[in-house]
Amino acid sequence: MKKKWTERLGFILLTLSGSIVIALLGIILFDIISNGIGAISWEFISQPPREGMTKGGIFPAILGTFVVSIVTILFSVPLGMCAAIYLHEYARAGRLTRLIRLSIRNLSGVPSIVYGLFGVVIFVQTFRFGTSILSAGLTLGLLTLPWTITACEEALKTVPMAYREGALALGATKWYTIRTNVLPYAVPGMLTGTILGLARAAGETAPILFTGAAFFLPHLPRSIFDQFMALPYHLYILSTQHHAIEEVRPIAYGTALVLLILVLFLSFTAILVRYRYRKKMKGSI
Amino acid sequence: MSQPVVKILVRNLNFFYGKVQALKNIHLNILSNHVTALIGPSGCGKTTFLRCLNRMNDLIEGTRVEGEILLDGTNILAEGIDPVQVRRKVGMVFQKSNPFPKTIFENVAYGLRIEGRHSKGEIGEIVERSLKDAALWDEVSDRLHRSALELSGGQQQRLCIARALAVKPEVLLMDEPASALDPIATQKIEELIQELKVKYTIVIVTHNMQQAARVSDYTAFFYLGELIEVDRTEKIFTRPSLKKTEDYVTGRFG
Repeated sequence: MKKKWTERLGFILLTLSGSIVIALLGIILFDIISNGIGAISWEFISQPPREGMTKGGIFPAILGTFVVSIVTILFSVPLGMCAAIYLHEYARAGRLTRLIRLSIRNLSGVPSIVYGLFGVVIFVQTFRFGTSILSAGLTLGLLTLPWTITACEEALKTVPMAYREGALALGATKWYTIRTNVLPYAVPGMLTGTILGLARAAGETAPILFTGAAFFLPHLPRSIFDQFMALPYHLYILSTQHHAIEEVRPIAYGTALVLLILVLFLSFTAILVRYRYRKKMKGSI
Repeated sequence: MSQPVVKILVRNLNFFYGKVQALKNIHLNILSNHVTALIGPSGCGKTTFLRCLNRMNDLIEGTRVEGEILLDGTNILAEGIDPVQVRRKVGMVFQKSNPFPKTIFENVAYGLRIEGRHSKGEIGEIVERSLKDAALWDEVSDRLHRSALELSGGQQQRLCIARALAVKPEVLLMDEPASALDPIATQKIEELIQELKVKYTIVIVTHNMQQAARVSDYTAFFYLGELIEVDRTEKIFTRPSLKKTEDYVTGRFG
């Protein structure tokens, strides 16, 4: 009798927790969509802000976030993939490998503002990239690197050992085996994890705050050494730093909605890639 | 029939997983164009021994090997010997069939593409011949470009044999190749082994005593990492020299 009662209680508590989480997410989503949808228009996404950011659009911020994301991808994806291949396929299990792996796990928990400060010291000052798209993209790249490495390693783990052994037994070298019989099956999984990491990076404010994001720019960036406007920073300004916060609230909500759509779009891409990957694993290539 | 040639000469082979010794002082001659069966209870070291012959154990961390394995007179355990080259001469079929998630054609062609020496036409010919040698051609010739994963278990294992044959090995190692197959598929594999020994030297690990008796010319009995007895198969199964071997092959233990 007692067992049944605790079982019931457990079920109720779990259901309740689940419902609360979903409800909270639902409220946030509803709030952003209902308040932001009115601001969205062609002008909003294609024009620069006007009259002290109280009118006009957010095109420079969308473009800035987009370009910085590309720098982030170009930096962190190749590096992260190669690091993961080294760790999973080449590194011998030992104290050093364990230490490296532990450090990577820990780095993924470091607050993003710390990455921001690091970016200032390394990219802005030491490498003299200045506050720029390049510095910000690299800083975000560092931020996503632990996630990328971990995701890539997990993807490599899903490729059965038998594929490696089978290829090696046929006289393939290790690199040939990895290139032709491991990576093709791991890359989609790697991309999924990477895209999700990128989605997180695209919404970060702290790392770009000191490394390249600008409050307002009268023109679009002309090179990767220019400063830029970014969606999350723009949102931060509109909702806390602006001289007429109430007045620009609709624009802030619109910006939030655009950012949300961007992140959802990235997540959706990740799901699509994974779906195709599962089909590929079942069938032929 | 000409005098049998010793293809592989194993001398004083010791193998360790960390501090655990898995093979103790193994001496064994493996004859060319014969089938040698390795039998013994689980954990006796027969698979470890098999994997020494193409240096697959190199892949397992913390292992150590001592002694000599002479393949046509060359010690494949010597320093400076590239295990990749060894594996091109000594092919392997695994216990669990492991077709790659590629087409049937690409599975068989995989080994050929490694060196990239063959023309497209040659690859096509070799794939066809290998599939014929593995007695699979008639079943798959109309669907070479379908996924290998669509094949049945027995077909998949014969595909793995075809894949190993395509790179023209001299020795073929088989690790319980039929243990996961039904009796009909098993019979096909066994018939295939009989045909293959004309061209190849075959070493097969098996748990199935009848299978060892049916397919092999020589049988080696392993127990607790030691090679207890090796002789012509009919002798091992009818009048072995040692009591322990007799107990095992008659099913009194193991």
